[in-house]
Amino acid sequence: MKPLAEEVAKKRIAWRIAQEFNKTESPLFINLGVGIPTMVADYITNNQVFLQAENGMLGLGPAASEEKKDRMLINAGRIPITETPGCSFFDSCTSFGMIRGGHVDATVIGAFEVDGEGNVANWIIPNGKQLGVGGAMDLVAGARQVYISMTHCTKQGKPKMIETCTLPITGHGEVDFVVTELAFFRFEKGRLLLEEIAPEVTLEELKTMTLAPFSRSQNFRVMPVPG
Amino acid sequence: MDAAKNCRKLKAIDEAIGMIKKGSRVLIGGFGNAGDPKKLIEGLCISGTDELVVMSNDLGSPNEGLGKLLSNNQVRGLIGTYYNWNPEVAMAYNEGKIFVELVPQGTFAEAVRAAGVGIPAFYTLSGVGTEIAKGKEEKTFGEKTYLLQEALKADVALIKAHKADVLGNLVYYKTARNFNPVMAMAADLVIAEVDELVPGGELDPESIVTPHIFVDVLVLGGGDR
Repeated sequence: MKPLAEEVAKKRIAWRIAQEFNKTESPLFINLGVGIPTMVADYITNNQVFLQAENGMLGLGPAASEEKKDRMLINAGRIPITETPGCSFFDSCTSFGMIRGGHVDATVIGAFEVDGEGNVANWIIPNGKQLGVGGAMDLVAGARQVYISMTHCTKQGKPKMIETCTLPITGHGEVDFVVTELAFFRFEKGRLLLEEIAPEVTLEELKTMTLAPFSRSQNFRVMPVPG
Repeated sequence: MDAAKNCRKLKAIDEAIGMIKKGSRVLIGGFGNAGDPKKLIEGLCISGTDELVVMSNDLGSPNEGLGKLLSNNQVRGLIGTYYNWNPEVAMAYNEGKIFVELVPQGTFAEAVRAAGVGIPAFYTLSGVGTEIAKGKEEKTFGEKTYLLQEALKADVALIKAHKADVLGNLVYYKTARNFNPVMAMAADLVIAEVDELVPGGELDPESIVTPHIFVDVLVLGGGDR
């Protein structure tokens, strides 16, 4: 198979995760990280999905247009955003109380690595240039479900789903779902299951790009992709 | 302005900053340039007060906002969550100029709150099994293991609110609220920068976020909300 263009891959991942949330019939509270996770918001069509930002807001609207920008109304990635009817503001303790207390249904985050035991590494590459953990550890430990959204391999073609994380981990055994442009995986009782595979890739090809051991789910199917 | 005349807590910025001693542990509100007390930070930079331990979410950008305190060599150490927006932090740390204690953001917020409400320490799931857990006591409740986090108390808190009344009751503006109401509880001396000072009784009691019991000094800021 030919690798997908990066933008196509990212859109596919964001769209696929949004479909999971769009299924909800009751209010669903979601925290989105930066990068691909932010793009998930573009594909949410269900008005029962509410976005939470850890810097103290529930009910985030889309990014603000140039004329509507307010520097004091931002998401956790410092992007100026907008309000929605019924949105609210609160302090950082209340915000992380929502997260740690299990009131936030899911978080979508990016990752450098995910391993076969459901560990995720997404906060630091120890190269001496970064010092920061932010809310990542609170989110993976506190949110009821953790979705990893990432391209299947690095730009150099190195698999990101590996046997054991080599980078410092963000959380231990916290990952529930991994969505890449090639596949949809789910962790069940510590086992990694392949739920869906992208239309243009074979199982054999996927295995060569996935170093974490996995087995096929009973509901295994071809991954729906945006039209 | 009548409200100003009737306000016992109102001080000029340099006078308020003059109350901060060398070597203080200073909580500073804000998240990514929203809700940081810009005039107070500017005043602290001008004062040259040094050996400070700055406790904040981030440290602004290089040589900008809180970043300026570091460029000015006024910082002995940092306790906070996210310094990726200011690469000078990692540089100063690698050169051994400052100490840095990284705390997960929710744990940081709760540790500050704990200090403010008389709780010496608490257990949390955040960071279990990671590098952050090193050296921290662990305890199992039910099926899960938790980390012990001690409260983070400070000598001074510099916070930003939108409006104050003459007593020092505070209301905030949108996502500029973030850590400010929490930090208002957790220091011996709390200095709040506000955009507007209003007469007593003008703020709806139902809307007051920080009651004036927590606020020692008010200064007027630049009106950036």
